[in-house]
This record gives sequence, structure tokens and C-alpha cells, in this order.
Amino acid sequence: MVPLQWYLVLSAALFCVGLYAVLARRNAISILMGIELMLNAVNINLLAFWRYTQPEAAVGQAFAAFVYAVAAAEVAVGLALIVSIYRNRETVDVDEINLLKW
Amino acid sequence: MTVQQVLFFLFGAIALGAAIGMVTARKVFHAALWMLLAFFGVAGLYVLLEAPFFAAAQLFVYMGAIGVLIIYAIMLTRGMMRQRLPRVNDQWWFAGLLAAALLVVLAWLVWQHPWATTTAAAPADSLNRLGLTLVDPEGFALPFEVASVLLVMALIGAVTIVRER
Repeated sequence: MVPLQWYLVLSAALFCVGLYAVLARRNAISILMGIELMLNAVNINLLAFWRYTQPEAAVGQAFAAFVYAVAAAEVAVGLALIVSIYRNRETVDVDEINLLKW
Repeated sequence: MTVQQVLFFLFGAIALGAAIGMVTARKVFHAALWMLLAFFGVAGLYVLLEAPFFAAAQLFVYMGAIGVLIIYAIMLTRGMMRQRLPRVNDQWWFAGLLAAALLVVLAWLVWQHPWATTTAAAPADSLNRLGLTLVDPEGFALPFEVASVLLVMALIGAVTIVRER
């Protein structure tokens, strides 16, 4: 059987790659993709803990299902905002979108 | 090394390699394709974790719905793709440093902590139990309903935001 630590280290690596995408990429859609990657890493963690600590309880799976619902809501609103900003400002470069700064 | 461990390395390498391809891709459309491959690798890991429902949901929700949504958004903002801009901002080295440092700290924490794991097999009716827990008033019935309200609100909000005035 695969040790629990392997899953945790892999999901930590996926989370950090997503974090780098969020912090470094300029395109707002790339940032959203990084957030999706981070949510996936969290889901791997939730399901790994469910499988390796309490497989008879369904709580871990229920949490993973809620992460799915929140991810779908987040991506719908995020992409709508990006499309709306592109329509008004002709850019999706987050360095140019500084209307709410200061 | 057992078959499961070989499969773990296979799907883990797919997910991690595709994720790195995603953050280093020059064009945002290529990044979206890498992202779909990373989601596929994660779906394989869900199969290894004996959560077949989540593997299927990963294929439907992430690779299907979210992938198509993101590709649509890229197409709608494709004026950006023609420009020859640097794809990362000025702080990319700091972001990379921060992500690497976080990875080192997390990996160290994971390895030195003695996890109390069980080797019990997953129950054959785990999907049945999940469904019952989600509609059980003592369990997650209220959060489940709130999640559906959240989804409806988010979709109505998304339509309102992008509607032409």
C-alpha cells in the first residue's frame, strides 16, 4: 500500500506549483488555473486522510464534495469578472488592473 | 514495489509534470491543456485512493466543465494572446522562492510527523454512506443545501456580471 506521506508530499508539491502560478503569472486566467490546481491539491489531501484514517466515516468525502461545489462557483464568478474586465479595459493582465489599488 | 506504488508514481508524475508545464507554458491556451492533463493525473490518484466517485466527478467537473469554461474565457480574451508580453511579473523569483520554501517546510512537517494511519480496507458501500451523510439532518444536510444555494447565486451572479448592457 502507498504510504500516506507520499500523497501528502505530492499534494504539497501541487499546491506550491499552484501558489507560484497565482503569485507570478500576469494573465488573470493563468492565476485562476493556479487556484484550481491548489484546490485539487487540497482535495487529494482530504481524500487521502479519509482513506488512511477513517475510511468507515464519510466525512472526508463530504468535505471533498463541498470543495468541488465551491470550486465550480469560484471559477464561474472569476471567469465572468475576467471577461467583464476584458470588455471594459481590453486587458486581462493583472499588472494593468489596479483600479482597486489605494 | 507493489503495483499500487508504481501507479502512484505514474499518476503523480503525470499530475506534477503537467502542473509544472502549466506554470511554464508560454501561451495561456497551452497552459489550459497542461491543466487538463494535471486534472487527469489527479483523477488517477483518486482511483488509487478507492474513491471512484471522485475520480468520475474529477473527469466531469474539472476536465469537462471547468476546462471548457477556462478555454471559453481564453477564446473570449484572445486579444491578449497575440501580444508578446512577458508571461510572469517582476516578482516571479520571489514567488518561486516562497513556493519552494513552503514546499520544503510542508514536506519536512509531513515526514517528521508520526501519522496514525489505519490499514483497514475502504468499505464497499462508501459511496452509499457519502450519499446518506449528505442528506442526513444530523450530518451535512444543511451545508449541502447551502452549497446548492451558493452555486445558484454564483451562476446568476456570473450571468449578471457578463451581460451586455
